[in-house]
Amino acid sequence: MRVGLEPFLILAAVLFSLGLYGAVSKKATVMLLMSLELMAIAININLVAFSRFVTPRTMDGLFFAVFTMVVSAAEVGLGLALVLAIYRRSRESEVDRLSQLKG
Amino acid sequence: MSETINGVAFAILAVMCVGGAIGMLFTKNIVHAAFWLLEVSVAAAGLFFILNADYVALVQLLVYAVAVAVLMVFSIMITLRRLEDAIRPRDFSALAAVLGVLFCGVMVYVLLAFSAPAGQKLPAVPPDIAAFGKLLFAVNGWALQFEIASLILVVALVGAVWWTMEGED
Repeated sequence: MRVGLEPFLILAAVLFSLGLYGAVSKKATVMLLMSLELMAIAININLVAFSRFVTPRTMDGLFFAVFTMVVSAAEVGLGLALVLAIYRRSRESEVDRLSQLKG
Repeated sequence: MSETINGVAFAILAVMCVGGAIGMLFTKNIVHAAFWLLEVSVAAAGLFFILNADYVALVQLLVYAVAVAVLMVFSIMITLRRLEDAIRPRDFSALAAVLGVLFCGVMVYVLLAFSAPAGQKLPAVPPDIAAFGKLLFAVNGWALQFEIASLILVVALVGAVWWTMEGED
């Protein structure tokens, strides 16, 4: 059995939807960041699959995937730093109860 | 379209990916969720390997499966004071589920009507890490963008340290 590009895209769509569900429904900030990571992984699968099947010689998708990884690593680093900073101030890590900035 | 990929390896890794994601979202213990995310990262690295993207697979293993997992576990450790805090009610939201299912449905519907553009032919020997490096540092390659990416990482990490140091003398 051999597979082409489409199964990878469908897998990435399913993973992205699961990440979207988690990002909207979870209440723990760390779980929220984990769901965002899931979405980033899905995007990377898309980029790498396109690179393999459409531009295997110039590998454009691979470079894009590397940049996506850089951005999501920066995002998760800053996100967790923010969680720790907020936790230190208010002893709170639930998204629903972080309402100091509410107008 | 170029030649295809072993479907059995894809099926195993796809089941690992989706199963791990479901495990992450529906486990009650937040520490277990971090380990499920680690499992998804490793499965995604396997997918990158079967897609002949060795470099991306290695970076995925190093960055996601090691660094991000350690970061996650440490932040969970710091923000939970007691063991019992790790067990959380399963926050299920019907609205979020509808959103996720709708998004997935639309994407799959679009993908079924999608036909891949006729791309380049896959070389007889798939390009490896050496070919990736040559393209990266070729004239008019990706070297400048790569340096900017490393600058973003440095700024983000220094910013993260600065944020968490705030309030300490």
